[in-house]
Amino acid sequence: MDKKPSSWISHIEAFVDSSRPPKQQAANVDAIAALVKNDLLTLEALVRDMELYLTTSDHSIRARGILLLAEILNCLMSKPLDGASISSLVEFFTSKLADWQVLRGALIGCLALLRRKKNVGMVKSSEARAVAESYLMNVQVQSLAVHDRKLCFEVLQCLLEVYPEAVEMLGDDLVYGICEAIDEEKDPRCLMLTFHLVEILARVFPDSSGSVASFAGDLFDILSRYFPIYFTHPRSDDLDITREELSMALMHAFCSTPFFEPFAIPLLLEKLSSSLPLAKLDSLKYLNNCIQHYGTDRMIKHAKAIWSNLKDVILNHSPHKTLFSTSELAGNMESEENQIAKEALICLQTAILHLDSLEKNPILSFIVEDEDIEMKFGLVSNEGTGTGISIESRRQLSAVGNILSVSSKASMSGCTRVFQKFFPRLMNILEISASSSSNGCNTNNGTSSLNFGALYLCIQLLASFRELILTSQDFSPQVITVQDGWWCMLQHFSGPLAHALGSALMGARSSELVNNNTGHEHAIYEVKGLQVLATFPGCYLPTSEDVYEYILVIFMSIATERFEDAFLWKLSVKALIEIGSFIEKYHDSYRGISFNRIVVERIVSLFQQDDSTMPLALKLDAISEIGTIGVDYMSRVIKLLEEAILSKFLAVCVEGRLEAAEILVPLLECYSNRVLLWCYTSGNFDEVAMQFALCIWNQMESITIFDKDAKIQDLFDRMMTTMKLLVGGCAEENQSLIVRKAYSVLLSTSFLSEESLPFSSSKLEGLQVTPDFVNLSWRDEWIVSLFASVVIALLPQTPLPDVKLLLNVLTTFLLKGHLPAAQALASMVNKWHVNIDKSEVPNAYTLDEAIEMILERSLLSVQSSSNLGKSDLLNKDERMLSCLCLLNNNSSFQSNAVVGLAWIGKGLLMRGHEKVKEIAMLLLQYLLSNPYKELHSDASGSGDSLDVHTSLATSAADAFHVILSDSEVCLNKNFHAMIRPLYKQRFFSSMMPVLLSSIKQSCSSSMRVALYRAFAHVISDAPLAAVVAEAKKILPSLMDSLAMLSEDVLNKDLIYSLLLVLSGILMDDNGKEAIIENINTVISDLIRLIFYPHMMLVRETAIQCLVAMSALPHARIYPMRPQVLRAVSKALDDRKRVVRQEAVRCRQAWVSMA
Amino acid sequence: MTLGLINANPVVHAKKERVARAEDSHADDAVDALDVFDSVRDIRDPEHPYSLEQLSVLSEESIAVDEKLGRIQITFTPTVQYCSMATVIGLCLRVKLMQCFPPHFKVDINVTPGSHVDEEAGEDRRCPTSETILVDSLGTHKPSCAV
Repeated sequence: MDKKPSSWISHIEAFVDSSRPPKQQAANVDAIAALVKNDLLTLEALVRDMELYLTTSDHSIRARGILLLAEILNCLMSKPLDGASISSLVEFFTSKLADWQVLRGALIGCLALLRRKKNVGMVKSSEARAVAESYLMNVQVQSLAVHDRKLCFEVLQCLLEVYPEAVEMLGDDLVYGICEAIDEEKDPRCLMLTFHLVEILARVFPDSSGSVASFAGDLFDILSRYFPIYFTHPRSDDLDITREELSMALMHAFCSTPFFEPFAIPLLLEKLSSSLPLAKLDSLKYLNNCIQHYGTDRMIKHAKAIWSNLKDVILNHSPHKTLFSTSELAGNMESEENQIAKEALICLQTAILHLDSLEKNPILSFIVEDEDIEMKFGLVSNEGTGTGISIESRRQLSAVGNILSVSSKASMSGCTRVFQKFFPRLMNILEISASSSSNGCNTNNGTSSLNFGALYLCIQLLASFRELILTSQDFSPQVITVQDGWWCMLQHFSGPLAHALGSALMGARSSELVNNNTGHEHAIYEVKGLQVLATFPGCYLPTSEDVYEYILVIFMSIATERFEDAFLWKLSVKALIEIGSFIEKYHDSYRGISFNRIVVERIVSLFQQDDSTMPLALKLDAISEIGTIGVDYMSRVIKLLEEAILSKFLAVCVEGRLEAAEILVPLLECYSNRVLLWCYTSGNFDEVAMQFALCIWNQMESITIFDKDAKIQDLFDRMMTTMKLLVGGCAEENQSLIVRKAYSVLLSTSFLSEESLPFSSSKLEGLQVTPDFVNLSWRDEWIVSLFASVVIALLPQTPLPDVKLLLNVLTTFLLKGHLPAAQALASMVNKWHVNIDKSEVPNAYTLDEAIEMILERSLLSVQSSSNLGKSDLLNKDERMLSCLCLLNNNSSFQSNAVVGLAWIGKGLLMRGHEKVKEIAMLLLQYLLSNPYKELHSDASGSGDSLDVHTSLATSAADAFHVILSDSEVCLNKNFHAMIRPLYKQRFFSSMMPVLLSSIKQSCSSSMRVALYRAFAHVISDAPLAAVVAEAKKILPSLMDSLAMLSEDVLNKDLIYSLLLVLSGILMDDNGKEAIIENINTVISDLIRLIFYPHMMLVRETAIQCLVAMSALPHARIYPMRPQVLRAVSKALDDRKRVVRQEAVRCRQAWVSMA
Repeated sequence: MTLGLINANPVVHAKKERVARAEDSHADDAVDALDVFDSVRDIRDPEHPYSLEQLSVLSEESIAVDEKLGRIQITFTPTVQYCSMATVIGLCLRVKLMQCFPPHFKVDINVTPGSHVDEEAGEDRRCPTSETILVDSLGTHKPSCAV
């Protein structure tokens, strides 16, 4: 106990010594706070011992002492303290507020005490008032530094928020004090606080006779100076405050009390006409909020001014482009202009909703009676029949349309008034007469095009009316209780209107539509109009049943007959889908029936007829779109598609009608891309996919014939992709169902069922099937491929039947050059279960055994066919030997085996298995074996053998590409591969030293080419960051490989990716150093590549690299300048424009460098 | 030398839209008038902050290219008849073409007949000292290495 005090006193001394670094001081505070927190030291004892520091007449020591006490209290925020100590501490700090030398400590102390929660003992409200009084009397906020000002505002904020009733008694003194404190504040951090202060201050004094009411003018005067917020602080700053946040805070302050109304509204309206877009935007936002907060009584007198100002903004800032494009496009263009118009409309809507007293809505009356609107209405609705409309009138049109639609959207009464005033006139202009007969399509038969302005406004009105009904329907089921006059009017007009729109749509010649925008615009609004008319909810449908059906028929006739006009076709199909979705959403069974009859049935039958003129792609479009309406529709579409696919499949594979393959491919595409995708998002994927996969396998059993045909190959690729998607998306149990089915079909293949072959299960143990024995039919190959695609897409946990047999079969096919089999094997080893319980499944392989088996099989079979082999199992060295034996063997299995090894290596590498090293070494062995040596020892068939060797070495080199590149077909996330992070980097760093040293040791040129090829694959497929880090080591070899490989045309893609690696190195700082060290070779190699004849991209990239090199240190590149300039000016004559342009740039860069 | 501008208020025309060329991966791209125009359209007028295209001194139609014979012929129209800058403009064009096209092209630069009083003198009346002006107009970085 005796030691303790002395130790913490040293902390105090250390803290008071202001020369210590801040970090150390903070540690001191923490140390003392920890003592107090753990009751090793009482607060009283602390204060008593600190007495000297707290009361000394040395200002700096006193300030430090008080600061220390305050900081300690700050740390004890959650420690319970008794009332007496809190009282005495508050009293102390309150008195210290008067001592300006120690102000910071006093502020922090007050703040720490005021912020305490009730459960740990808080300050009494009388004490809080004392703090406030002392604060108001003693603290001159604006004479302090930023940090202290911020503390002051925090104290005020805390007082107002936590002790409102205590400080309220201070009344005018408090408000005046706050005014004084926040006046002229400029720091953004403090401003955030001051704006907030005003907001809570208004809450504390809500009375109209209160202090805020009497000081409102002064307060607002202080606030208004900041509006609109002008904030130029760079974003990257540590302040972490944006202009938007400041503006938001100021807005809340503006809206905080209705007493600001007489000052705020005139200011906002004035700024609304400012020429600064930002000021406009802010004023609109503020105004919108103020209308909501100040209350109707206060705002109603400003109605006229608000309307006239808003009108100006809307009329002058409406975008003209929204007319052009469909709604989604318009949403993307968030230009300032658009934002202003949007905010203005929102504000107008608020005004209409809020400024509504005694059933008299002043704003609405202004709108309806406004002369400007009247004039513009007359102007735009009469303009432009068909031909182009000027941008200005387009703008006016959209402005008027928006105003009308906002005012009719706002309320039922608004809708009534707007509708009554404008709708009959629009009908008049469109020359549509109200007739009760639905066949009143005697309107303008001759001229089919409607007046665009009137059409636009009319559709806007109808659409907003429909929206109003839809939104208000949620609150009360019966909106239209009285059969208002306008409602009757709408009912009367809707029939003829629909007919007019329909006939205009049908009448428009397609050439007209294709060739100009006006036609498109017309079509957009005509379609939209019909769609709106057809989608009024339930009982409010203004149109009669036959008009509704007429609309559907119109759309259908476009969908079935006008397919050569893609734009119109898409529009109307989309409209149909919208109508369908609407019916689905509101469960309108009555209209659903006619929709089914007219639309769905028709499209279905259209789809089933083979002979129609409509292109298949469009049919598929239409039918898959119909499916997206809802689950019922989709299940129907799925059934339909599946039937079609299966019947076509039968036609192709059983009856041998190859031409059906052309139809089957797009069918499968549509199925996998659209239907399956939809199922995936809507959640019933499993069921659908499993059923369909089983169906396909059922069909596979019965297929018979084939000859090799390009069409069939195409079809089969599609088929495999679909199968992978189906299986990949399924859950485990469904996958195992599919696998079992597929397995049973696999067993029926000729090579597995025939007794004569050594595959029969009894003999399977000892004998291996060698590829030579198996003569495959096309059917077998298809079944194996399809089976392989099932295996590729399986989840790791899905069990496979009879793994041994599968490994055997797949390996056999691998050796026959069957790529899917290799990929399936790779997937198998990649997803192999490590923890298989041996006792449970006695026959199960471990992963290592499986790999051993595959490797031996691949090498042994090759060996046995080359008559050099040993019959027994091979150990490692012997395996190397056998791989060397491959060289003398001209069977095609060799390169197949190499490709297979590559895929299996990839599977192992991705899961991070050690065996991949062995495979990589095997591959390297192929690269390193010298054919010449063999040639000398074995003179026969020299030329042939050399060819075989080079092709083998090439495929061994390409194997590295397979191992490192990402595959779309298998071993990826979609097909549930196990992927260890950074596996590429690991392979790169383990292979690179080996490759580099073998390159160094290699003697023959053909061997070097192969090695460089492998090297090139490894560095171009590995992540760039890893390669760049090794830039110094690999750059010489990189340049050599560029030089070597550029001799063969076939390597052009490889050259290109090497150049990309080089340019990546050029962009990196370490890389640049490596480049500078090898500057001569790099430049001369690049110059050679400028004239690379086989690929434009190579020439272009080489020149770009040279441009980048012109920024390297001058002294190093200057000697190369003449050489580069000479080469580049020759490139000015390149065949390709892009290259010439790059050459000009490059020349400029190198010329101006001197 | 007059102190004021020769043409104080030139008529400024809109820039023509840049056409993205269709990529044809197999065929050769021959040098055509648009190529030439693209390389010279952004040369700044010696007097005004506008490009030659904006002042309508040049257009795509005023350029003729014969790739087989290796000839480029540019005809430009000074904004006023007494334009003393015509030679500078001609020089700018020549240097720019030298930079952008292989040396085997023969470049002819003329003024439109009737558009300039010194038509006969033509572009060849250039003076070597104008290189510094030239460099500014072409926007190269360092004046010391004009050509």
